[in-house]
Amino acid sequence: MTTPALTPGQAALSILVMAAVTFLTRALPFLLFDHGDHPPRIILYLGSVLPPAIISMLIVYCLKGVSFATPAGWVPALVSGLVAAGLHIWKHNDLLSIFGATVLYMVLVQAVFA
Amino acid sequence: MNRKTLAAAFPCTVPVLMGYLAIGMAFGLMLQSIGYGPVWAAFMSLTIYAGSGQYLGVSLLAMGASLGQVALLTFIINFRHLVYGLSLLEKFHGMGPRKLYMMFSLTDETYALLSSAQPPEEVDPHDFYFTIALLDHSYWVIGSVLGALAGQLLGFDTTGVDFAMTALFIVIAVSQWRAYPRHLPALLGAAATVVCLLLVGADNMLLPALGIIVLILVLARPRLDVHSAVKGADAA
Repeated sequence: MTTPALTPGQAALSILVMAAVTFLTRALPFLLFDHGDHPPRIILYLGSVLPPAIISMLIVYCLKGVSFATPAGWVPALVSGLVAAGLHIWKHNDLLSIFGATVLYMVLVQAVFA
Repeated sequence: MNRKTLAAAFPCTVPVLMGYLAIGMAFGLMLQSIGYGPVWAAFMSLTIYAGSGQYLGVSLLAMGASLGQVALLTFIINFRHLVYGLSLLEKFHGMGPRKLYMMFSLTDETYALLSSAQPPEEVDPHDFYFTIALLDHSYWVIGSVLGALAGQLLGFDTTGVDFAMTALFIVIAVSQWRAYPRHLPALLGAAATVVCLLLVGADNMLLPALGIIVLILVLARPRLDVHSAVKGADAA
């Protein structure tokens, strides 16, 4: 276990900001369009094309720590990532794909490439 | 809420029960691995209540992100919620104060249940929706506390458990790849972010990446926005 980077007060404040912003994203359509107004088409368009782009962006963000200096820096992430995708294409089961890939990654970084 | 409503709502939520216990436990383990125990897990799951948002939250707490970064990244990852509400405006109409809770608790899974589940005749639809939302939220809190407790009590080496976040996003991406007719947005998202990672580095990559993605998507709208083209033709 590592020492937290924030004081408990700072951490609590960060969590409240996450909570407030999350609530805002869920409540905004009700606040803006609950009176029979139609949302602008550009918003509907972005709402349909942005989610896949943002998920791809977040995958790259998750993998930002990958380094190609040694095999230990990239092989576990590549293998586990392919296993996550492969399992999901094969079995269509969210939990199996996420847990299978995470356990594999933990074994790889803790035992194989330690 | 009465027994009859609960008996009608609970069976609908069983798939979410399984999913939330598991994904919630992985969240609790991740949070515990950066030094925050069960009380923090309960606090986050009660107040934020978002799967991928809380996974990202763990990494924000771990790196000691500024409040501005926290707000921006939380907004980006939850942007998809903006469209959920649009299709539920009618269903929530007339729910009074409970509507606030319905908006708060609108996760991907609850949204999916509310869009599809039909209340039985003898059950008030608003009670039915509210019960589903409340049950899902409770599964999420219980799962995340169990995960944090497991990490604390069992004390096994949790190095690498953060890959659960990567795996979750990969799973969402695979499902979206199937569901979406066009793959340009997904490919653009990855390409723009890699370019920004190489140009400005890991710490500041997300904002420019998001800017480039939105700009290109707006420019590509004539090609990508089939729906509005059809609608536009109708209107004309």
